[in-house]
Amino acid sequence: MSEVIKLKKGLDIRLQGKAETVYAQIPLPELFAIKPADFKGLTPKMEAKVGDKVQAGSVLFYDKQHPEVKFVSPVGGELVAVNRGERRVITEIVVKADSAVAPVDFGKADVSKLTRQQVVDRLLEAGAWPYFKQRPYNVVANPAAEPKAIFVSTFDSAPLAPDYDFIISTNEEFFQQGLDVLSKIAPVYVGTHNNGCSKAFANAKCEKVTAFEGPHPAGCVGVQINHTNPINAGEKVFTIQPQEVVAIGKLFATGVHDFTRVVVMCGSEMKKRAYVKTVLGAQLSTMVNGNLEAGHVRLISGNVLTGTQVQPDGFLGFYDSQLTAIPEGDEYEFMGWAAPGFNKFSASRTFFSWLTGKKHEYKLNANTHGELRAFVVSNEMEKVFPMDIYPEHLIKAIMAEDIDRMEQLGIYEVVEEDMALCEFVCTSKIAIQKTLRNGLNLMMKEVG
Amino acid sequence: MNALRNFLDNVKPKFQEGGKFAKFRSTFGAFETFLFTPNETNKCGVHVRDAVDLKRTMIVVVLALVPALLFGMYNTGYQHFRMTGELADVTFWQIFFKGFLAVLPIIVVSYVVGLAIEFASAQMRGHEVNEGFLVSGMLIPLVMPADVPLWMVGVATAFAVIFGKEVYGGTGMNFWNPALLARVFLFFAYPTKMSGETAWYYNYSSEVAVDGFSGATPLALANGGHYTAFSDAFFGLIPGSIGETSAVAILIGAFILLYTGVASWKTMISVFVGGIAMGWLFNQIGSADNAMAQLPWYNHLVYGGFCFGAVFMATDPVTSARTEGGKFIYGFLIGAMAIVIRVLNPGFPEGMMLAILLMNTFAPLIDHFFVQANINRRKKRLTIKA
Repeated sequence: MSEVIKLKKGLDIRLQGKAETVYAQIPLPELFAIKPADFKGLTPKMEAKVGDKVQAGSVLFYDKQHPEVKFVSPVGGELVAVNRGERRVITEIVVKADSAVAPVDFGKADVSKLTRQQVVDRLLEAGAWPYFKQRPYNVVANPAAEPKAIFVSTFDSAPLAPDYDFIISTNEEFFQQGLDVLSKIAPVYVGTHNNGCSKAFANAKCEKVTAFEGPHPAGCVGVQINHTNPINAGEKVFTIQPQEVVAIGKLFATGVHDFTRVVVMCGSEMKKRAYVKTVLGAQLSTMVNGNLEAGHVRLISGNVLTGTQVQPDGFLGFYDSQLTAIPEGDEYEFMGWAAPGFNKFSASRTFFSWLTGKKHEYKLNANTHGELRAFVVSNEMEKVFPMDIYPEHLIKAIMAEDIDRMEQLGIYEVVEEDMALCEFVCTSKIAIQKTLRNGLNLMMKEVG
Repeated sequence: MNALRNFLDNVKPKFQEGGKFAKFRSTFGAFETFLFTPNETNKCGVHVRDAVDLKRTMIVVVLALVPALLFGMYNTGYQHFRMTGELADVTFWQIFFKGFLAVLPIIVVSYVVGLAIEFASAQMRGHEVNEGFLVSGMLIPLVMPADVPLWMVGVATAFAVIFGKEVYGGTGMNFWNPALLARVFLFFAYPTKMSGETAWYYNYSSEVAVDGFSGATPLALANGGHYTAFSDAFFGLIPGSIGETSAVAILIGAFILLYTGVASWKTMISVFVGGIAMGWLFNQIGSADNAMAQLPWYNHLVYGGFCFGAVFMATDPVTSARTEGGKFIYGFLIGAMAIVIRVLNPGFPEGMMLAILLMNTFAPLIDHFFVQANINRRKKRLTIKA
């Protein structure tokens, strides 16, 4: 029996629009794209050119700072566009799929006979390395780094999040094979939930399996790290998601880098809510065309707390397994602050929505529900932040750009997703995640 | 509502940059957001946000003050007619209306002066108008004696808002409670109008007062060895500042604050615990020549501004300790200091206001120790590893 850690702090946002655990048959789109903005702090250097024929697994671009970190095409076909945004920053590298093109064969390998360096090299070559994110900072891992551990959270507690137990059910053996590969790089820690979770997760063979109980952010890998093996100054850990572990397992078992991803379509404005088998970086059009409610809808690649806003003809984020649609909410509300608010979700009881019970699900929109103010209310962020860190003091240290204090107050242990709930509950509507990213970027620049 | 919205949309450009009235942008913004919750949506970070904002939080506090305010109006009328000896001849509504007439101008002056300064300073800084004064503007009248001259309310409000808040950068940046600062300003600048036997009676003059009328507050009486009954002080038909007399009304407010989660129960409970502990201690030590030391500890809690301070002043999140552990210490020391000041320095019967301001000053220090402890835990983890 694995160790169980019970978390009390946190908040489950009861959002309308949970998907059923069934697969919807939706055709694959024509276009697929990798978006360099999904990788924090990365400067892409193009290797392929527009018009090149590519296979699934051929290199599209690499990291300027670490040229050995390669980013590969998820499908075979033709590189049709390199879209650029402001100041000519590359925003999308678009590949038009051609199902006739076979994927690159990287060759099968028995991981038990490989050295650590050989494993790393294989992952780099196949373009699987970017699955590893490195903490502190939540950037693509540095292949030269020696992490003290690799953490895998096997459940997502965010609103409407995908159910990994369901997703993994057809790939259980690949998950374990993936963990075996990871174990060559560093000791692997798996975090599971404690509510009848998949055997592949609960009985995973690795350094340690820890079960977590409690509301969101119990499923955030950062919270799990903090409670099992916290990051100290100077230490590094890698994190990776379950579907990516499966992809690595398949890569070693079959020699082919399989970019298939299961994505959940959810949210109150999504008509058909279900799981979809698609491919990393897929264009969203086939999933959302005709599937969104009328009105002004916001489409999010990821969940409502940490995801990225995308257009219906945009592409799925590199790390995302969720597509959420919520109302935009860009309308005025007459005397909203004085209304009883039976349908307004709040962590406090300042609206009468507490009368509607703990099961009621809310249709939340993207309205800010108020204007930016200075910090006034205390202890609201602490209530949803299950780490031994003072969130408000940390954010203030970041605003003051006080590097020593940020380090003392534990900035190395957090990334945006861990503090997303703090931003959600903030009465003063402060941009916590953006501020934290500024602090992390500053630390990266000054401390490295 | 659409007509109103259309009107606002029509005039809005005039108040935006380059518009005719661009200087009054903050003022326009304040009225617009008062009428309509903005249509702004999240641009970075989270896509959904909690429905609560500062306006809602502040309005809940104002709502929690309403029982104390209504009771204060009634009591002001009641004390007035007690002073004139007409109590037997007037109806409930006459009493209430008298008090209403006495209290309303004080509220109006407090809001007009305070909001004018708030709007002006927001304008100068180019910020939005903050909601903090919605609460302060209601707290100030409630800690005033009923017979306070209106100009004094104006001066005190101006002092509190400018020197208690705006000079530090506005709501959220101040370290003293502005409402208490207004009161303490008057207390030291015009002591005769703020204490003694007559300040508590609306339109007091020796001609209208009944013969032999004595109007001392329970605290002043206790100093002389006469203890007002607990139940009288608990229900609150006693002389005192407008909002502070009735523990019942204040506790209704406390319930609203705690149930909605706006105020911290940790601070509130700790203040009472601190007061009880110190009051009990003085009861044990006793002192033949200090009647205050012998005042039963439970009476301390309902006399003077103890209850009001504990519920509405100590819990102000901006001036209170902001760490959870710190709140226990902060609250306990407020309660304890208030009783110490009452007992050992009878010159200042209202120890509560001074105790809160004192602990406001020390709140950052209390927080410092808790934050430092957190930092040390993290350092220790590192040294154990190494």
